[in-house]
Amino acid sequence: MKIAMTSKGKDLESEVDTRFGRCVYFIIVDPDTMEFEAVSNESANASGGAGPQAAQAISKKGVEVLITGNVGPNAYQALEAAGIRVLTGSNGIIKDMIQKFKNGELEEANSANVGSHAGMGGRR
Amino acid sequence: MEMGRVMIMAEAAGINIEKMKRDTMKISVASGKGGTGKTTISVNLALSMDNAMLIDCDVEEPNCHLFFKEPMERVREIGIPIPRFDLEKCDRCGKCAEFCQYNAIAIIKNKLLFFEELCHGCGGCKIICPNDAVSETEHVLGIIEKGGMEEMELYHGLLKIGEPFGVPIIKAVKELASPDKNIIFDSPPGTACPAVEAMSDSDFVILVTEPTPFGLHDLKLAVDVVRNIGTPFGVVINRAGIGDNRVEIFCEEDGIPLLATIPNDLDIAKLYSKGIPIVEGIPEFKQEFIKIYDKIKEIVKTQGVE
Repeated sequence: MKIAMTSKGKDLESEVDTRFGRCVYFIIVDPDTMEFEAVSNESANASGGAGPQAAQAISKKGVEVLITGNVGPNAYQALEAAGIRVLTGSNGIIKDMIQKFKNGELEEANSANVGSHAGMGGRR
Repeated sequence: MEMGRVMIMAEAAGINIEKMKRDTMKISVASGKGGTGKTTISVNLALSMDNAMLIDCDVEEPNCHLFFKEPMERVREIGIPIPRFDLEKCDRCGKCAEFCQYNAIAIIKNKLLFFEELCHGCGGCKIICPNDAVSETEHVLGIIEKGGMEEMELYHGLLKIGEPFGVPIIKAVKELASPDKNIIFDSPPGTACPAVEAMSDSDFVILVTEPTPFGLHDLKLAVDVVRNIGTPFGVVINRAGIGDNRVEIFCEEDGIPLLATIPNDLDIAKLYSKGIPIVEGIPEFKQEFIKIYDKIKEIVKTQGVE
């Protein structure tokens, strides 16, 4: 199984980036083997529609579960279409979140948990 | 020399013929910071000039009409073409999604998703589709209304609540500018797309500011934008007396013409609060606005020769 995590850095010691569409990296990891790759998020600087674009990107990578902080409405719609499970509310270190995921401690999102443009640093 | 030849030579020299032909002017009234008095300047300048027409380009919050007694009348709706997808013909090749600069289209797991509010109506998806699966339908963004007075018409655009994107309405309302009239465009505040659109194609830009640190900070941003557009411009300081003289120093050091200084005056504020133009309440003020217009004419004339 492949899970994608939004990350500020390129390794498992990095901090979770709580934004989805505009996160810096995706860490795509197999929780059983802990093998991972870091993919930089091409949509981070998109003028708009970063969420759906990021969803397309991780869907193409064959991701089944997303672990992140926040997901907006357009992103959620796209992730749902992709059939990707969305776990929100994460922060802290990537490695710790994987452990929490394995323990079943992360919460499943059934809708967007923030409004549009929440990841745009105070700009609306 | 006959006029036709003059025109051909002028065109070859890169001179704007359309501008040469008319002796009227298009002036945009803009500001980096909101609430500096763009509408006050726009309305009073338009009322002080001969043969003027006022176009309120602040489509998110037009307010020039508050200074006129006649109610605004609806002229027409303004929309953009948005795509409609024929899912029988569409084979989910993803070319449209890849093309869309605004990420309004996504193809995920053989599903096509369209995010209407992200679409700018460019029509690129229709052109790029190899399967002829895209047709267009109009998405209404807002309306244009007309008001003002018999001797000075006012048009404004009004963006629908919830629509994030006013530029097409600004373009549409600008098209109503009559070439035989002196046009005042009251621009939206800021330095983003709507403000740039409202300042483009004008002969002159008036930047209205207040003499405060905020006013100066946002004036500098606006100056950078107008310099990029390449239009001659000058500054009006409104509510002079509330801050300091740093705006004046900045203008002097930067070689920016100071067109006028309007005092922070209780009588002006009272008129404003009642929706009465200054030049109506204090007719002597008309001279001040005529002076602004004369200064602009002078600047445009000398810059045109250079």
